Amino acid sequence: MQRESSRLIDLGFRFSAIILALLFTTLVLLVAGAPPIEAFRHIILGSVGSVGKISDVLVAWVPLLLATAGLLVTFSAGLWNIGIEGQITLGAIFTTGALRALQASSLPPAASIAVAVLAGAVGGALWALLAGALKTYGGVNEIFGGLGLDFVATALTLWLIFGPWKRPGVGSMSGTEPFDVTLWLPLFPGLRLSPWALVIGLGGIVVVYLLLQGTYFGLKLKAVGRNHRAAFLSGIPTSRYMMLSFLICGSLAGLAGAVQVTAVYHRLIPSISSGYGWLGLLVSMLVNFQVVPAAFVAFFFAALNIGSIQLPIVLKLDSTLSGVLQGSLVLFVLAMEGARRRLVRLREG
Amino acid sequence: MDVELKNIQKWFGPVHANDGISLKVEAGTIQGILGENGAGKSTLMKVLSGFIDADSGEIVLGGKSARIGSPADAIRHGVGMLHQDPLDFPPMQVIDDFLIGADGSILPGRSSARREFIELAERFGFSIDPNNYVSSLTVGERQQLEILRLLWLGVNVLILDEPTTGISAPQRVKLFGTLHLLAEQGKAILFVSHKLEEVEGLCSRVAVLRRGKLVGEAKAPYRTSELVEMMFGKEVSLADRAPAGEGEPVIELRGLAVEDFKLSVRGVDFQLKAGETLGLAGMEGSGQRLLLQACAGLIRPVAGQVIVGAHDLTGRHYHNFMQRGVSYMPASRLEEGLISGLTLAEHFILGQNIRRTFVDWRAGLDLAKQRIAEFSIRGTPTTRVEALSGGNQQRAMLALLKTPLKLLLMEHPTRGLDIESAIWIWGKLKERCQLGTAIIFISSDLDELLHYSDRILVFFGGMVSRPLDASATTVEQLGELIGGVGLN
Repeated sequence: MQRESSRLIDLGFRFSAIILALLFTTLVLLVAGAPPIEAFRHIILGSVGSVGKISDVLVAWVPLLLATAGLLVTFSAGLWNIGIEGQITLGAIFTTGALRALQASSLPPAASIAVAVLAGAVGGALWALLAGALKTYGGVNEIFGGLGLDFVATALTLWLIFGPWKRPGVGSMSGTEPFDVTLWLPLFPGLRLSPWALVIGLGGIVVVYLLLQGTYFGLKLKAVGRNHRAAFLSGIPTSRYMMLSFLICGSLAGLAGAVQVTAVYHRLIPSISSGYGWLGLLVSMLVNFQVVPAAFVAFFFAALNIGSIQLPIVLKLDSTLSGVLQGSLVLFVLAMEGARRRLVRLREG
Repeated sequence: MDVELKNIQKWFGPVHANDGISLKVEAGTIQGILGENGAGKSTLMKVLSGFIDADSGEIVLGGKSARIGSPADAIRHGVGMLHQDPLDFPPMQVIDDFLIGADGSILPGRSSARREFIELAERFGFSIDPNNYVSSLTVGERQQLEILRLLWLGVNVLILDEPTTGISAPQRVKLFGTLHLLAEQGKAILFVSHKLEEVEGLCSRVAVLRRGKLVGEAKAPYRTSELVEMMFGKEVSLADRAPAGEGEPVIELRGLAVEDFKLSVRGVDFQLKAGETLGLAGMEGSGQRLLLQACAGLIRPVAGQVIVGAHDLTGRHYHNFMQRGVSYMPASRLEEGLISGLTLAEHFILGQNIRRTFVDWRAGLDLAKQRIAEFSIRGTPTTRVEALSGGNQQRAMLALLKTPLKLLLMEHPTRGLDIESAIWIWGKLKERCQLGTAIIFISSDLDELLHYSDRILVFFGGMVSRPLDASATTVEQLGELIGGVGLN
């Protein structure tokens, strides 16, 4: 009985968090002088209104899913891998580099793409290991180290685009010279979605699910994250586990960058990570670091992103409205969680 | 200002930390508060200084009932406390640290404060440069700074909680001189300590606490044996002791020296045989934990050797010690021993040494059920460890120990447990001794030390006694040694 009622309270708080986030966004819309209902309608139609729109959502879902999957691993180990944006970027850089090196070779295109995607995973992993080593052996908090490496990654991208990898003539913000169509991941006919990207994304989340739910590695990682000292005393090599979690997260983030290059942009552009790393952090927090809900929430967030793309055209609103909704959702869910805990404490005396 | 505590009650969960304590301290006296660890001394002093709220009871200051809800309240009422570990601001300059508790305007009056600081320091013969950083001071100087700060804030009642831990002998002499001076000026001093000699030498009156109760008061001159008896109680007779083990040497320390920033323990030599139990006695922070951690490879000795079995493991990693059959069981159950958020079953699964990729959850649940029954843990395999009671957490930690073990190192194996649980746990430990495990444990319970150890080492401020034969030692003798009497 007690348990039943506390479950209901739990659901009630979660639901009211969503309502509050919607109300808050409505308020923002009213302040901006835009019709809220109309805006929400456009977001829904713009994301799931047609097969093409849904496939566009899936295009955004894949990198977000990969980033989120990776973050769930580092969160398990109690680490805040803020450096994920840079890891995605490095993945994209390595993939682009590999494709540039291989495009003139006699390797079959499929093999070139495969090598490039793997190179992306390696690039992300290296960038993550750098943050991990700073944390584990250098005593630099992973949040600061990661943030610093994010900026370095951005600078590196710009330097490559305007320097060594610039387009014939003069470099531009539109990125490097696009690759030949043979070096694109194949797309579904008539859509922008690549089945291979979808496979990589789903593969990533499934592997992380198995890792965290079913393996000794996952359980030990959880132990390290929950109580570093006790895990160490019980014989777990905690440093190694922390480094491994960075390695896995970085590889998945690198894959996200690789997908952005091989399946979406077909070149390196300045903001190739598209903020999926930050968004992945929000998703992880919103679902309280659970794998299965993360996949669904990632889809929802991707839908918000895609749905708000046409807001500037039809309503003269900036598309960052989706960010307002996503951010306020996370804030309200966390705030309501705090309120719920307080209530529980009060009830227990 | 006279201080009077009336019927102070304080519970921490099931622990009755202060059980109806009434105490009167007159202005101009140095009152000693004596008792072993966990007797309730610090709790009582924290109640008086506003650090914690009593559940009931009254504080009367200078004849008037005072309501003290926070340390700031206490200062306003003229009560200041010098904590065991200095609660100051190491990254700050002395003068800023000095100013920090003062009420006043938005801008700190540094220049006038500096003048007053220097004046005050001169009066007590302290030499602290106000421009120095607090982190560069010794523990003794930080204490002096704290005393000056409290006096400057107008404190009339000064509480000192174990102030002589970590300061040098000359600094101690200076501190005691200062306290006498303050008492002459009419301040009431409350001096909390477990060191008999200091209390005897310094205080004109002593109150002794045991298990949350005020068990007695005495006036100078004191009879040491009387104080010891009040502190530790009469000897309780427990069941017959088992004979000491006679087996292969398990661990040997040769000229071992360990230290941390406060304390150094030097020249420890001993050998422990399979099946033997060694107790480490002494007040908390006397060096016994350093020694225990050195035996596990958790801290690196500064000199000497640690030999486990036939292997010299000096300076090796803790995990190498584990591979040689050494296990360390910390005292703080939820901070270091168990992992909050994980279930009992998850703990037992982690505790197995299996080289496989996937977890067999079914087998894990069965294992957990079996261990839960064997160790009478009140919980289910899916209970999270933080939901267990302290005693059941202790049982769970015991159930998690690997078998076989060569050497088991334990901090306070039965602290906070009721007597039945303690006896049960020692039954389990002695079973391991029969199988050849040697045990080294820290305890502050004298009966436990005398009854379950074969030999005892007593620690006092980093000094270590020769190994005592537990069967030929009495509670009084041990109590005096712990209080630093007769230890050279």
